[in-house]
Amino acid sequence: MTESTPAVELRHVSKAFGDLRVLDDVSLSVPAGRAVCILGRSGTGKSVTLKHIVGLLAPDSGQVLVEGEDITLLRGADLARVRKRMGLLFQNAALFDSISVGENVAFPLRRHTRLKDEEIRARAQDLLSQVGLEREYDKMPADLSGGMKKRAGLARALVLEPPIVLADEPSAGLDPITAGEIDALLVALNDRAGTTLIVVTHNIPSARVIGDELVFLHEGRILARGDAASLDRSEIPLVRQFMSSESSG
Amino acid sequence: MALVSSGVTEWLAGVGDGARFGARALTQSLRLPDEPAETGRQLYELGVRSVPLIAAAGFAVGIVLSMHTRASLARFGAEALIPAGLAIAFIRETGPLTAGLLLSGRIGAGIGAELGAMKVTEQIDALEALAVDSFRYLVVTRVLACVIALPLLTTLMNFTGLLGGYTAEAAITGIGFEAYFRQAFNPIDFADLVPATLKTMVFGFIIATVSSYLGINTTGGTEGVGRTATKSVVMSSILLIATNVLLVRMILFLFPGPE
Repeated sequence: MTESTPAVELRHVSKAFGDLRVLDDVSLSVPAGRAVCILGRSGTGKSVTLKHIVGLLAPDSGQVLVEGEDITLLRGADLARVRKRMGLLFQNAALFDSISVGENVAFPLRRHTRLKDEEIRARAQDLLSQVGLEREYDKMPADLSGGMKKRAGLARALVLEPPIVLADEPSAGLDPITAGEIDALLVALNDRAGTTLIVVTHNIPSARVIGDELVFLHEGRILARGDAASLDRSEIPLVRQFMSSESSG
Repeated sequence: MALVSSGVTEWLAGVGDGARFGARALTQSLRLPDEPAETGRQLYELGVRSVPLIAAAGFAVGIVLSMHTRASLARFGAEALIPAGLAIAFIRETGPLTAGLLLSGRIGAGIGAELGAMKVTEQIDALEALAVDSFRYLVVTRVLACVIALPLLTTLMNFTGLLGGYTAEAAITGIGFEAYFRQAFNPIDFADLVPATLKTMVFGFIIATVSSYLGINTTGGTEGVGRTATKSVVMSSILLIATNVLLVRMILFLFPGPE
């Protein structure tokens, strides 16, 4: 990988589920260290895009490159190696409900590092503190609210300190103050650690805070892209209407 | 007609997909296990936690079977053969098949529902996204646990079944523990015990593979999870019974027993 290699690149990606075309010739390049927010109405392929990037879905056509490697061609250990460089926050957090919240966060460390148990617990506890869940280590996921699960899911996605973080609706279901704290955490990751961020959100205020670039998906195609100011002035009414809404998802 | 044809095609595709899944489970289970902790946890969940069910069922079936055996043999004045008759029936067939069917209920439903719930809540995707091979972590560990647990649980069922038989006989005739078990085990040889017990490894493979396959292909939210649990029990039970016919035929061919 050279310095100019994008962290994530989609080249002419198309994907259909049955007759429903979800992504239609989507091309997107995210340079390392950039923060890109993917916007759009529900069902326009935003989450599907993230799942393609992490290799959970394969495109019907096109390529998905992560740090220069086509993830669709990777299998086994090679795929695992690339996935370890990404952290994915799922829309519904997808915490493992058979283990505690703390062990969910510790899980990637137990799998992929040789840290001692106390170091793992300390690191997981630290991440939980960063998302405001310092007292929830031993609770089971079923005992958390939706917003708390989301924050625990974010802690799990960040615990290996991946250079690329993908987040699906990180602030959905959170109160405005907590949503602001999560935004600040993501911005700090991007600013201080140079983490590449790809964030799917309906939350326009969050997108304005986090995103260096906003990408507007509509019916499986990229309808508009640019910084927040340029999308505010977009000639496309739907984009302007979306940007002018202050919905918090 | 077109509807029937498409249904048959879909069914055949499902069978093919399931067979590929089973072949993958078999080949990967034969590799050196790389998830010993998770396999151990599954052994505990699926095996150790089944002990009360198997022990209680074995004891009860042993009592009932002993009463039936007595009623049958008494007609011929052959009551002395009751312990041996019960032991042969239990060890060769009743124990393995009953244990297999009971465990396809307990374990099959459990695996199907657990993996189904993980599927619909994206926990399986989360494992993959965390660079964990979900097939080896979820399926192979359960297959190994079931293949190991079934023969052990069958042995337990055989033992508690004979214990139940002894209890029933002791209540009627006052026979001693040692005398009963000496008579019971006297005609039992390698061909009675080992193939019948080891065939339950195949039962374990069927239960774990069928339930895992249905679990990780679950769709339709919580309703789908319920359907998966039911289908896991039904399909693994039917496959288990059908496979048992073949295995018994094979065992009788390889170990014909006394002429």
